Amino acid sequence: MEQLIQLTIDNIPVEVIEGTTILDAAKKIGVKIPTLCHHEDLCVAGNCRICVVEVQGQRNLSASCATPATNGMVIKTNTPKIRKTRRDLLGLLVSEHNTQCTTCYRSMNCELQLLASEYNVDNNIFLSVLKESDKKIDRSSYSIEKDPSKCIRCQRCVRTCSELQGVNALTVAHRGEHMRIETFMDLPLNEVVCTNCGQCVNRCPTGALTERRYFDFLWDAIGDPTKHVVMNTAPATRVVIGEAFGMPVGTRVTGKMVAAMKQLGMDSVLDTDFTADLTIIEEGTELLTRLKKLIVDGDKTQKFPMLTSCSPGWIKFIEHMYPDHLGHLSTCKSPQQMFGALAKTYYAEKKGLDPKNIVSVAIMPCAAKKYEANRPEMKASGYQDVDAGLTSRELSHMIKQAGIDFMRIEEKHYDSIMGESTGAGVIFGATGGVMEAALRTVYEIVTGREVPFKNLDITPVRGMEGIREASIKLENCVEAWKFLEGVEVKVAVAHGLLNARKIMDQIAAGTSPYHFIEVMACPGGCLGGGGQPIPTNEEIRKKRAQAIYEEDANMPKRKSHDNEEVQLLYKEFLGEANGHKSHELLHTHYTKRNKV
Amino acid sequence: MNQSKLKRSDIIFGKYTPTDYNVLEKTVKRPPEEIISDIIKSGIRGRGGAGFPTGLKWKYAATLKSDEKYVVCNADEGEPGTFKDREILLRVPRKIFSGMAICGYVIGAKKGFLYLRGEYAFMLPQLYKDLEILDAKLKELALDFSIEIRLGSGAYVCGEETALFESMEGYRGEPRNKPPYPVVAGFRNKPTVINNVETIVTAQTICKIGPEDYANLGTTDSRGSKLFSVSGDTPIPGVYELELGMTLADFVEEYGDGDTKAVQVGGASGFCVPRKKFAETIIGFEGIPTGGSMMLFNNKRSMYHVLQNFLEFFCEESCGQCTPCRIGTQQLRDGLKAIKDKVKDEDYLETLLGLTETMKLSAKCGLGQSVANAFKSIVENFTEEMVY
Amino acid sequence: MSETIELIDKYVVKYGRTREALMPLLQAIVEEKNYLTRDDMAEIATRLNISAADVYGTASFYAFLDLEKRGKYVIRVCKSIIAEMKGKKEITKTLENVLKIKVGETTADGMFTLLETNDIGWSDKEPSMLINHTPYTDLTPDKVIQIITEYRNRH
Repeated sequence: MEQLIQLTIDNIPVEVIEGTTILDAAKKIGVKIPTLCHHEDLCVAGNCRICVVEVQGQRNLSASCATPATNGMVIKTNTPKIRKTRRDLLGLLVSEHNTQCTTCYRSMNCELQLLASEYNVDNNIFLSVLKESDKKIDRSSYSIEKDPSKCIRCQRCVRTCSELQGVNALTVAHRGEHMRIETFMDLPLNEVVCTNCGQCVNRCPTGALTERRYFDFLWDAIGDPTKHVVMNTAPATRVVIGEAFGMPVGTRVTGKMVAAMKQLGMDSVLDTDFTADLTIIEEGTELLTRLKKLIVDGDKTQKFPMLTSCSPGWIKFIEHMYPDHLGHLSTCKSPQQMFGALAKTYYAEKKGLDPKNIVSVAIMPCAAKKYEANRPEMKASGYQDVDAGLTSRELSHMIKQAGIDFMRIEEKHYDSIMGESTGAGVIFGATGGVMEAALRTVYEIVTGREVPFKNLDITPVRGMEGIREASIKLENCVEAWKFLEGVEVKVAVAHGLLNARKIMDQIAAGTSPYHFIEVMACPGGCLGGGGQPIPTNEEIRKKRAQAIYEEDANMPKRKSHDNEEVQLLYKEFLGEANGHKSHELLHTHYTKRNKV
Repeated sequence: MNQSKLKRSDIIFGKYTPTDYNVLEKTVKRPPEEIISDIIKSGIRGRGGAGFPTGLKWKYAATLKSDEKYVVCNADEGEPGTFKDREILLRVPRKIFSGMAICGYVIGAKKGFLYLRGEYAFMLPQLYKDLEILDAKLKELALDFSIEIRLGSGAYVCGEETALFESMEGYRGEPRNKPPYPVVAGFRNKPTVINNVETIVTAQTICKIGPEDYANLGTTDSRGSKLFSVSGDTPIPGVYELELGMTLADFVEEYGDGDTKAVQVGGASGFCVPRKKFAETIIGFEGIPTGGSMMLFNNKRSMYHVLQNFLEFFCEESCGQCTPCRIGTQQLRDGLKAIKDKVKDEDYLETLLGLTETMKLSAKCGLGQSVANAFKSIVENFTEEMVY
Repeated sequence: MSETIELIDKYVVKYGRTREALMPLLQAIVEEKNYLTRDDMAEIATRLNISAADVYGTASFYAFLDLEKRGKYVIRVCKSIIAEMKGKKEITKTLENVLKIKVGETTADGMFTLLETNDIGWSDKEPSMLINHTPYTDLTPDKVIQIITEYRNRH
């Protein structure tokens, strides 16, 4: 039984469930207590101490994030004592901080900066205790930059890496004045188990962890008349770009985003949704082929469940953590990499361009895509297939740099050849979306009918539950797939690498009951990706998901196999799904990696 | 040193044989409630420094329902100038073990742990021998209790009880948020009584001599006697058992070298008392409570150096997780030096004193909160030495 | 490397594979060779099924779990205020002279490492030091020279 308790905060009575923290009780009545180490997605740390409040009868102040409210408590959140304490604490954090805000990527979107400003912290109160050793920036990773001089030791990144992702690439090391956030032995990020997911970046309150920026590279390419710049935008970008321009979370800005990119000077603005649809054809075919080999040919070496391979953070995770189970992964490249391989082959051919002059850039909700673009095996076109992966944050930045009035810009459509998409491609941006898109197509291939869900909305695989499962029975199959008659296809969806770990432990133990599993590295899927606008929390992710599903619902075509440009691609260029050319360009292999 | 004004006592060390488990044997035949009542009646408060009434801690733990409970003896004696637990561990380990077994019996714990600081690892061989004797005795008494020794590895903050649990569980010794308190959720998140070595031994002694005799020692607020670790400018450094409630003047008269300028009571996290306040300062819960560290400084000593030594200690030994302690300690150390070096002017002392107040109000654990004690008491009483 | 694995396997049998075994495991390795290597920590992480970063983060917290190569005998001179008052400086200087190294360094023959440490619990008998686990108290420069000579003569 949940017990209700009463207390007063700043003379306002409030009733909450026993166990509620003072911070949350205050939130309930609209009293905002400042925080730094606190994050809604993470467990309580109570180490920054900014959220201290006065509890009547207590000699010392209490950290409101870590103190449960009790019945009859009398709390003050804003007294001279509290303000002085918070100001001192902020002064201390500033004294340990590299305060060159003018040169910081996170300037104007920094929690420390904001609070220091609110509390009018005079920089000179305390001596600088910023360590020389903290001034070394780790730029070893293609995806993530670590600048210890901007770290406030809130440990949000450490908790993210552990609690949400189960990776533990980051740790708190040393103690006392030398305590800092490090990798194993303080090795460069590119030498450790970091999956490049960027979830730490999303939760870093300052500029200590950021994505590697590639917009200067892109500006140079745009400015170079010999180069033909092809952009593709990931499904989850179109529902977030507005956030950087003050639009409400969950606003769909597809047309504006396309228009802005055209104004930036791209030669062609295309859609990653196109290759998302293509992925469904390739991956769906791969799944059916594996099933056929197992059931018809009796080939017991076929690996089940088959695992999706669109999420590069997830790929690096499984390579590090479960190197003996890579055979479960679909061999399909991610939509970004399929796009890159086609941009410098198919697209080049159609446009009559020399692929060496094509610069292919992806706008992604993702930090791991940067690393993926630089994987040595991703050169199917004979060139680096994707020249750069930029986050949606970087794109917003570029739009601002170009002085574009995003709010007023007229919507435009994607260019053609690889610009068409369906609703199935769009929902790749939400956890469960790949699965839903795959089922819409696979079911129809096998049975000749649409999936038996109202409006094609396969709701069991939607939502924010960490692991979701569904099953769908194949009945009245068409002739070619008769061997699947009566088979109940069991699927699961997992997002966040901690959930991926659970899925993998089951597979490693040989107890996984599924045929097909979608795994996304980031909580919420790509819409919560490591390249998306900061801040993030479940409420924000739900709003973005809603926008994605709205976008899907409003698309004229909602099944990948209905994408006419994809059909044309097969007809003109690839031949058949999983065929020779597909394998050459659209499929990949994986690498066993160490556990350090 | 004739006609001592101090009241000596000898209940901790006394007569000792390593095999004499009479107190344990007799005590575990009594109902637990009766034992708890005796401990409460005796008035003993925790000897580690914080001074929580031991009987209440045991009583509360006994009432809690749980599949597992633990007794933990805190032998992570790291406070500068403290070495009394060392003497207990070396001279009367049997009393520690029987105290732990009694506590286990009283609260319903089957498992006890002795968390021994890494610096005392040299004691392990002897302690294991003594544990064998205990095990045999427990078997004989059919008492379902066993003691395991866990070793620290050089971290002062692990003396903080929740940091100690973290360390025992295999993590960095970082103090936890409280509540919950150890007695509700301690080691392995189970109800845990954690007592200082001296507390455990004293509780055991109370079971032997009875609460009345014990309560007759000391004063109303500070019952009993206590071990003092006396060091610094004294002709007779060592461990002494004295009744609580003495004045610092009487103490210095006996242990000082005739030229005592200040006494640091309670180690680096304690208070500095200057000569002019010796007479009015009572050692006990009504005055300055202490874990027993008494460091004497004579007129040849620079209190600036004393304070800098403490601050350096805190900068190293802070766990580093919370803002006020990690950065505050560095600011105090660097700021004090900056004043001495004339980089900052004298007014900056006020800023630093204000900072100690912030640290006291907002630090996560006792370590960060208590840095203010030494800083404030030394700076306020010896301002000139800090500045010039 | 294979020696390390053997050693770790031996102790895993004794202490188990839970997180609680981490400290005893790290301590046991340090007991054997006075410091931890990258390989030691990575191996322990694998055995306990935790991340190598976690092992490193934990080890780096504790002053006695050294992550740098140490000599056969690690000397830790107490640097408490009482030790300072009683002549610690001279003790350290004597050790530096006798061993021909500075604080923080290890002798070329890998025999001794000289460190300073916080209060080791002998304020009544300062200056003091630990050599591995053994405390030496009431030190004088002469006594220090004698102690080091004895250690050298053991070989």
